[in-house]
Amino acid sequence: MNEPAPKVAPMESPARKSAGAALVPGAGEQRLYGLLAEFETPGAILAAAVRVREAGYRWWDCHTPFFVHGLDKAMGIKPTILPVLVFLCGLTGATVGFVLQWFTNASSFDLWAGVWVRGYEFLISGKPVLSGSVYPIIMFELTVLFSAVGCVIFLLVLNNLPRLYHPCLKSRRFLRATDDRFFIVIEARDPCFYREKTETLLESLGALAVEPLEQ
Amino acid sequence: MVILPDNENRHLGDLAPRVFRWGVIVGLGAIGLSVLIGLSGEASLDRFFRSYLLGFIFVLSLCLGALFFVILQHLTKAGWSVVIRRIAEGLAGNLTWLWIGFIPVVVGLYMGDLYKWVDPPEGDELLKHKEAYLDTTFWLVRAVFYFAVWGLLARYFVRCSMDQDEHGDPKNTLRMQRVAAPGMVLYAFTQTFAIIDWVMTLEPYWYSTMFGVYFFSASACGFAAMLIILCALLQRTGRVTQSITTEHYHDLGKYLFAFGIFFWAYIAYCQYMLIWYANIPEETIWFVIRQLGGWKSMSILLLLGHFAGPFLLLLSRYPKRFKGVLTAACVWMLFIHFVDIYWLVMPRIPAELIDRVTSYPQLEQEFATGVIPGTALTYQEVYDLNWHLLDLTCVVGLLSLIGAMTARRLRDHCLIPEKDPRLGESLAFDNY
Repeated sequence: MNEPAPKVAPMESPARKSAGAALVPGAGEQRLYGLLAEFETPGAILAAAVRVREAGYRWWDCHTPFFVHGLDKAMGIKPTILPVLVFLCGLTGATVGFVLQWFTNASSFDLWAGVWVRGYEFLISGKPVLSGSVYPIIMFELTVLFSAVGCVIFLLVLNNLPRLYHPCLKSRRFLRATDDRFFIVIEARDPCFYREKTETLLESLGALAVEPLEQ
Repeated sequence: MVILPDNENRHLGDLAPRVFRWGVIVGLGAIGLSVLIGLSGEASLDRFFRSYLLGFIFVLSLCLGALFFVILQHLTKAGWSVVIRRIAEGLAGNLTWLWIGFIPVVVGLYMGDLYKWVDPPEGDELLKHKEAYLDTTFWLVRAVFYFAVWGLLARYFVRCSMDQDEHGDPKNTLRMQRVAAPGMVLYAFTQTFAIIDWVMTLEPYWYSTMFGVYFFSASACGFAAMLIILCALLQRTGRVTQSITTEHYHDLGKYLFAFGIFFWAYIAYCQYMLIWYANIPEETIWFVIRQLGGWKSMSILLLLGHFAGPFLLLLSRYPKRFKGVLTAACVWMLFIHFVDIYWLVMPRIPAELIDRVTSYPQLEQEFATGVIPGTALTYQEVYDLNWHLLDLTCVVGLLSLIGAMTARRLRDHCLIPEKDPRLGESLAFDNY
């Protein structure tokens, strides 16, 4: 669902994978999802995020109770494609608005839409049936409607939402992610992930606690 | 305590006296030249008053846009805009003396033929019903009231903010915040009625309830473009190079896009569409004249150059964050804002022709080739879009004076409200 292929291919040798898995106690029954590190302040997580990114990790994320300014930049997150999609939604809305009005008011076509419907040229107070003066109203409204609805839908799709389960939710410590603590999760599938090395790194970044998460 | 970047020049310094001197020389020179052209008979005195009104409304729109911006920032407790607010205050401060620039318009009202309602033709029923409002004395009293309100508001916000530079008392911010709400209401009413009085009554039969908002959006456009250009110019001369960042340009770009491009188009379209749909003669006539001859090209230019083109250009975030593109767009927007004001102020309706013709094609035909009865002049010569040197000299003169007085006001002050309690936020914020 949310797995774009990692770009760093050479790192991902089977030997490393198994080495990583072997370090997990009780591997086989419970696979390791990743390591959860807890931080106390937005400043701490900002500094930590920079270091995690610089260490070459790709499969990791930050969880904060509120929007932390500069975190995107610190994590090296690329700009989203969402505006382009919303723009296309808006164009679709404008086109639909035009075609809808043109068909219903200014054409004489038959069209199958569940039942047979026919466009009909309504002459109202002498106004032209195909008019640049009134069509923009509906075109504008549909542009806004399509953009807004499309924005919400694509926002959910791009974020893999709705998502009912996440390994983090098992951790009691993680409950405070909606209150006053800041978390970094580095996933085990990351090519750079070695349990001990990663744990040491997270601890060296000033984490209050580092705990493993099960799949 | 907010740490402002050191090694940055935040004062106009020796630039201020130079701008002031040249502004006054060019300004008075250009206005003197305009008066000479007007009196020499090379152009009619009527044309001089029209062109002067055009220039005056243009600079007024910039200053009113600045006043609105300043009040808005206090009203919304805005943090992002603190570093650019002082420049806006400098522009808004001109409202304290701009009444002097209004005197020629008053002269035009009494002496010239600027406002037709001053001596309405006998038996004009429509104007008779508007007599109570369209009265020269009442008109003058209202004008005094508008300038008093703007002058006091501008003076208060500029003084209060500059005063804070001295002692850094956050109470000043709270005081300005309290005045901002009633100030905004006063601003909205005075601005609306002023533009009704000074521009809408140029055609006394015509009325549009959208007109005040239309002018408001136009003034926001002109001001935002002006502010971005001023910021870019100041940075080019090596001032405030670090305090004003890409983020401020980005936000100003959004402001320009929202108010000056999209809201303007929205209001312009609503005004047009409603009048087009209702199709009442004394309302449509205002647009009919703007669809004839050169005015038609100008209307299309406004549609494409004030809305469609800039809309597509500034829609995305990247052009707004790229200073060169944004500044170039602003130079264009300031020009097109002038065209917009020209389009509002300059066209005159050939009432006699409108009464005479029976169809639109005939009107177009007559307008293009017809001769005004009883004269040797064609309709095209008198009523069509005809540029005149006066249009340029008046606006250049008034703009130079505005520039001179703005520089003088900012001469002894920091270009940034350096002790504003929200300065830190403004220096550090990011756009997402």
